[in-house]
Amino acid sequence: MIVAKQKPIEEIIEETKGYKKILIAGCNECVTVCEAGGKREVAVLASALRMYFMNQGKDVKIDEVTLERQCDHEYLEEIRNTIDQYDAVISLACGVGVQFLAEKYMQMPILPGVDTCFMGVTEERGVWTERCQGCGQCILARTGGICPVSRCAKRLLNGPCGGSTKGNCEINKDLVCGWQLIIDRLKELDRLEDYEKLAPIKDWSTERAGGPRKVIREDVQL
Amino acid sequence: MRLQYPSNIKIVSIPCTGKVDLIHLLSSFEKGADGVYVLGCLERECRYEKGNLRARKRVEQAQKILESIGIGGERVQMYNLSSSEAPRFVRFANEMTEKIKEMGPNPIKIAMQKKAA
Ligand code: SF4
Ligand code: SF4
Repeated sequence: MIVAKQKPIEEIIEETKGYKKILIAGCNECVTVCEAGGKREVAVLASALRMYFMNQGKDVKIDEVTLERQCDHEYLEEIRNTIDQYDAVISLACGVGVQFLAEKYMQMPILPGVDTCFMGVTEERGVWTERCQGCGQCILARTGGICPVSRCAKRLLNGPCGGSTKGNCEINKDLVCGWQLIIDRLKELDRLEDYEKLAPIKDWSTERAGGPRKVIREDVQL
Repeated sequence: MRLQYPSNIKIVSIPCTGKVDLIHLLSSFEKGADGVYVLGCLERECRYEKGNLRARKRVEQAQKILESIGIGGERVQMYNLSSSEAPRFVRFANEMTEKIKEMGPNPIKIAMQKKAA
């Protein structure tokens, strides 16, 4: 999932100053799972903002909506007939949702309510960690199913640097060395010979280095 | 044991404090409550294992939010006791009432009254 975290309420208050009718729009997908921007977080932020403005003696209308997704046209269309009632929308979706909403409703200020962090997993309740950086050319088949692009601090592709100590990364001793994980897993799989194979030079043009990316599937395009 | 506790306290009973959500706490303040406290079973004695620990986390979240919007985080508290501890129940009720009296009324209530006038 895409992992995001809630923005501090002070920052949201600062960004919304001056608006009189605000819609808070949540998203039912990733940000619901990582407890940053689902229906519950929408309700909490709405309540907090209503109290803040009331306490300031300001008359600000705050409404709530949670869409199935904010990264697909059809769900964003659901608010087409109501969005004009507002003078700003706070989107609690990831940065993708915020932008798609902004593209669709050109005249409406769309403000982000979360900080979008990475693609990752829920390790345990309240702990999310990164797993993939969308490099556009997955090499997990060779690396025991563990991604050196996202899990090695230096994105090394042919084994660890010299700094790995007791299984931890040299940039931070609380961070597991990605290559330690890869080697451990290859051992488990009895495929340590894969570790000996030299990885070809990776084509980073499919990653963000090649500029904004696009996937086109003519076989499904209508 | 017929003990007295302050009559200003309104009790909302729930099956387990784990049922208390953050929005319930915030809504009480939005509706004008001066203070809210959650009274859970003793920690590690929850029938559902973590109900009272979840409640404590939510109380802490509410404290943080109320503090940052200028209502006062101290207005919401979590207490633990076992069901046989009536004197402790009274002590918490008095303690909370005193705390809230010191803090004064919920500013939202005052703002609502001003708006209605
Ligand atoms: S190799 Fe690339 S696509 Fe595969 S998990 Fe790592 S970053 Fe993601
Ligand atoms: S210690 Fe491991 S994870 Fe850290 S940079 Fe070196 S190889 Fe990568």
